[in-house]
Amino acid sequence: MSRPSASTSSSSRSSRSRYGKEVKELQDALNQNKIESKRDAIRKIIDAMTRGKDVSMLFPDVAKNMETSNLELKKLVYLYIINYAKIMPDLAVMAVNSFRKDARDKTNPFLRALAIRTMGCIRVKLITEYLLDPLKESIKDEDSYVRKTAAICISKLYDVSPELIEEQGLLKLLENLLNDGNAMVVANAVCALLIVQESKGTTMLQLNPFTIQKILTAMNECNEWGVIYCLDALAMYIPEDGKEAEAILERVSPRLNHNNPGVVLSACKIMMKFLDYLQNPETIRQNALKMTAPLISLLSLGKEPEIQYVALKNINLIIQKRPIIIEKDIKVFFCNFNDPIYIKLQKLEVLAKLANNDNIQQILHELKEYTQEVDVEFVRKAVRTIGRCAIKLEKAAEKCVTALWECLKTKVNYVVMESIIVIRDIFRKYPRKYEMILKDLCENLKSLEDPEAKASMIWIIGEYVDTIENADTLLANFSENFKDEPANVQHQILVAVMKLFLQRPNDGKELIHNLLKTATIECENPDLRDRAYIYWRMLSTDPELAKKIVFTERPTISDSSYTIENELLDKLIENIGNLSSVYTKKPESFVKKLRDVLNSKIADKIDDVYDQDQLMDGRPEDYSDQQGGQSNVYDNTYDTSSQIQSQIQQQQIQQVSQKIDLLELDDNQPQQQQIPQQQQQIPQQQQIPQQQQQIPPQQTQQPNQTQNVRIPFAEVLSVNTPGAQSQIQGLSVEAAFQKNGDKIVLDLKITNKTQDKTFSDFGIKFNKNPFKLQPDAIEIQCQPVFPGQTQVTQSYINTNGPVSEEPPQMPYKIQVAFKTNLDVFYFFIPMSLSVLFSSTASITQQKFIELSQAQNLARKQEVLQIQIDPQRMKEKLERNYFFLIGVRKDERGVELLSYAATLVNGMALLANVIHTPTAINLQLQVPHPTLMPLLYQAIGFILTLN
Amino acid sequence: MFGISSIYILDQKGRVLITRQYRNELPMNIHETFNKKLLEFDEYTQKPVMIDKDGYTYIFIRHNNLIFMTVCSQNANCLMIFSFLFRLVQVLQEYFVNVEEESIRDNFVVVYELLDEMLDNGYPQTTEFKILKEFIKTESFQLKEKKQPEQSNFNVVALVSNKISWRKEGIKYKKNEVFLDVIEKLNMLIGQQGNVIKSEIIGQVQVKCMLSGMPELKLGLNDKAFFEAQGRQSRSRAVEFDDIKFHQCVRLSKFENERVIQFTPPDGDFELISYRLDIRVKPLFSVDVLIERKSATKIEFLVKAKSNFKPKSTANNVEIFVPVPDDAEQPQFRTAHGSVNYMPDKEAMCWSIKQFGGQRDFMMNAVFHLPTIVSPNRDKFQKMPINITFEIPYFTVSGFQVRYLKIQDKSGYNALPWVRYITQNGEYQIRMN
Repeated sequence: MSRPSASTSSSSRSSRSRYGKEVKELQDALNQNKIESKRDAIRKIIDAMTRGKDVSMLFPDVAKNMETSNLELKKLVYLYIINYAKIMPDLAVMAVNSFRKDARDKTNPFLRALAIRTMGCIRVKLITEYLLDPLKESIKDEDSYVRKTAAICISKLYDVSPELIEEQGLLKLLENLLNDGNAMVVANAVCALLIVQESKGTTMLQLNPFTIQKILTAMNECNEWGVIYCLDALAMYIPEDGKEAEAILERVSPRLNHNNPGVVLSACKIMMKFLDYLQNPETIRQNALKMTAPLISLLSLGKEPEIQYVALKNINLIIQKRPIIIEKDIKVFFCNFNDPIYIKLQKLEVLAKLANNDNIQQILHELKEYTQEVDVEFVRKAVRTIGRCAIKLEKAAEKCVTALWECLKTKVNYVVMESIIVIRDIFRKYPRKYEMILKDLCENLKSLEDPEAKASMIWIIGEYVDTIENADTLLANFSENFKDEPANVQHQILVAVMKLFLQRPNDGKELIHNLLKTATIECENPDLRDRAYIYWRMLSTDPELAKKIVFTERPTISDSSYTIENELLDKLIENIGNLSSVYTKKPESFVKKLRDVLNSKIADKIDDVYDQDQLMDGRPEDYSDQQGGQSNVYDNTYDTSSQIQSQIQQQQIQQVSQKIDLLELDDNQPQQQQIPQQQQQIPQQQQIPQQQQQIPPQQTQQPNQTQNVRIPFAEVLSVNTPGAQSQIQGLSVEAAFQKNGDKIVLDLKITNKTQDKTFSDFGIKFNKNPFKLQPDAIEIQCQPVFPGQTQVTQSYINTNGPVSEEPPQMPYKIQVAFKTNLDVFYFFIPMSLSVLFSSTASITQQKFIELSQAQNLARKQEVLQIQIDPQRMKEKLERNYFFLIGVRKDERGVELLSYAATLVNGMALLANVIHTPTAINLQLQVPHPTLMPLLYQAIGFILTLN
Repeated sequence: MFGISSIYILDQKGRVLITRQYRNELPMNIHETFNKKLLEFDEYTQKPVMIDKDGYTYIFIRHNNLIFMTVCSQNANCLMIFSFLFRLVQVLQEYFVNVEEESIRDNFVVVYELLDEMLDNGYPQTTEFKILKEFIKTESFQLKEKKQPEQSNFNVVALVSNKISWRKEGIKYKKNEVFLDVIEKLNMLIGQQGNVIKSEIIGQVQVKCMLSGMPELKLGLNDKAFFEAQGRQSRSRAVEFDDIKFHQCVRLSKFENERVIQFTPPDGDFELISYRLDIRVKPLFSVDVLIERKSATKIEFLVKAKSNFKPKSTANNVEIFVPVPDDAEQPQFRTAHGSVNYMPDKEAMCWSIKQFGGQRDFMMNAVFHLPTIVSPNRDKFQKMPINITFEIPYFTVSGFQVRYLKIQDKSGYNALPWVRYITQNGEYQIRMN
């Protein structure tokens, strides 16, 4: 969108005319009598359509061909119409007659079905009523293929005009289809009724013993997808008694042998639900065991990982409800070396659930194996799983602790840290039982980078101050950096030292005194300060009471934190195979109502229009008066003048609103339509809430200054980098220094990738740097960034900061501290030297010669492999304040162009340029050799990016 | 009941090759949101189900250089959608053999036609290639068709919703024959000491059916449950299936009640049965690797491979992949049997032996030079498993046998069944360490 317009008007004209020719050719081809030429033409059109080009202006010509007797051509025409009908409802009406005719074709049921299917896809209210008659007839069609298509068609039209469908009694007709003699028709009718039921919100599919019989019969005869529709309908039924449930289960259970995984899980869904209605424990057991083998088969090695993933998620639910189903077969949950990580983690989850006193030996052996693998995430989860087993199975706890002990001995950093966290939980569950590993634990104090591991270790020391002889020295060491530790570690230090003092007053006296002092006076964290105050007061009033409080009994922990509560579990069991089961969430909690989504989308959609590279431009009415139109269907390079573009945007907005219109959401419709055509982009943008607004107005209001080369954003802070206090990660920052006129600005793009945290109160500070850069203000003007959001902001930079004597390095980066409400992040922002070129200071020819002869300059020859003509190069460089000083010829007659720039600190940079047909040769002269690569890079940026 | 809101076929760079939208409320460029979402993960951590901030769920699979992606805005049946996507790829494979960017681009019209027939309003309809090919034809199919008398569409339509939707009437063969291929794949994980950690047999019965008319087939296997149902003594080698799945032509209720496999087959090639056996098998091959670090820059492998099956069987095309350090170089191999190749991209050496008789053992010696600058992952290879690929004809590990295949047709012709057995490797791995 921001491409310069001046230079492209000629190419756009030529592409326009070329484009016009293409359209003309297509039109001619479509109007010919030969089927082949028509077919080829429409193929080209659909190809363009798929690639996002707009070919809607051909609608009248294409629609003319609807009545062809050639089926292939007809299908293509239909495809085209489906795509454009919603943007052009008026024209779609043209197609109605043809649909009506085809739907009543006497000879060919295939044609009838095609017409019915297609017209349902045209979601235009205007034409629905014309389609009702043929649809009604098709429901009674003699051919089952037509009837099954008609069933789905009713659900499609219900989406478009529900009132009309109800008025005309079509839902009644749809219900009647349940009595159809053909299984596929019944299955599709079931499916359609369920769709309508969802959008209507009232029961459409009456489930009673009679309809259940119908569905069961159909299920036996229809294809796999039909079986799924039938099963999913049956799963909603509430059987009257155990007997009925058992009878249905008997009919459903053979489906477990189907080779379509979807059918298997849908059958499991009914089995799981209906088992609750059975009384006889033996029948329950037998039925439950029928699921075992089919479920395990979903995980066998040949199966696609995607299928395995969904299966594992569901098995996890199923075994919590009925553990008997998978008791013995733990081996299938052993990880394969080549399993994707998401499968491995899920398998560990299931293994932890399956672990019992009989199989723990086997599981532990396998888990130990995993702790030696390479993938960090997997290894940590394996260690954690060992810990879960220990807490779950008291009898096996010792074996688990031994396994963890072995993990400690590996000395692999992340294994050790994870083990310590896990051992902390074990100590909580089984106090004073496994003291023998304390010694080995205490050997690993150095490598604790992870705050959770560190806090865990300190907790353990505090807990065993009486056993660990040198606890006082250890704690003293930890306390040394007390002020710099993250909050959770600070808390643990405080508690542990308190315990030390209470148990061994002599050893802890000094330590607790200093610590309480620091915590109350120097710490800003209110929780910590308060806790320190409370301790202090307790100690000064009643030390015995303090002892009681600090060593109070804690609630025991169990493995139940990983189990799902029963109510949710039952809900999820009803959703086996559905997305709900994958997210382990109730459907309501992740499915938004259509309207909500739409409302929030309206704003976004307009953004999209601006963002899109390939606009769907040109509409039929424009086409007629512009003869060729400005859109270029077959040209990938998108060059149109900005004026036309703004017009297009206008149309886009209209299209968007029109689409919205179709859905009858007038109340939420934005006001864009009223904006007069002449108005430019800026006021429109300002009407758009959210993102666009955040960009400071300078960018848009000073278009003349955007001529400076725009340095692309670089990711400077990745999501995985934690803040300085390691409290939080999930913030991603992209940044770029830009030159904007004579100002230097820093563009920041802040993205919040956390789930639940909000970042705000941003501030930035630079480390000392050679060019004395510093931000005008430490605070950054920026709205809070909510989870999933991105904000773009801009700060001005001046050159009055403190100086660093270190010469700049390649690539030149500035270290910054980035403050947020949650943590401080440190990172580097790379910078192009071009940003530092002074816009005012120029060098005279005289001065240039003087400088170039100076002895203390570093000189270097470089070659840039780009083709650019001297005039264009001069424009580009001068726009970025790299000025042409003079042109001269050297002794061999080669033309030498002299350029020079001054840096903000007054240093002069010189370049002699020789153009060759394939590249440009540069002779660079700079006052300091470290600037050489930077200058080369900057010139590269200017010439290639601009 | 929720279906697919829109389906996309995207190329490697996330550009749209094919798209159909079934619901209005989706943004036009939702695939771009998907592409961005995809970039948040590397290929290793991507999950195949993702949800974005607006509550749209993306369910996708990869195939060659393509991504098949669907968007759902509701609580859809996601296993159904995955199954559909895999079936879609299968059907496209039947049509174009290689399903990749090129073939999709070249045949986009056919792909649209197929999608139109396979998905109605986002709900899967017909995914049987044998039916689809009757009315959606590529150019090459059309050429063939001209030789045959034109079929009326009417028959085809009947097929789609018929009770026996997988077979049309009036098929004629001069010679009536059925070929059964019993293929067993052995998945096995073996520990360092040669102990079997898990073993599993995945079997399938592939049928090539060249029969006239509408024949009724009955297949007898040495199925333990069948013998028990019949009240017969189970014979010496009866197989106890853990799980058995059938092509949709098999009457499931008949099997459930009587353990009889009865069906009217589709014409041509199809998979009749797939089964899984969770029985403990002795390793067919065992491999011992002795690693010796002669010096800091030299590592020597002594590999001993042994076959444990009966001497009268022979394994073909045996390939043993032994992991080596990722910076190993200048390999030197010595062996009396087969040949060895270094495969640096797989961080392994591959020892191939064309024919490996039963109860034999072979040795191989390999020496690698290691650079003095140690690669950070040099020791990783010891955690990687040894992989083996092989093929043993005329042999099933499970003892699976076809006892009979009865073919009955109204016209009463005689037909010949042919049966072949083969055992192959599935994921056959041995832990090194």
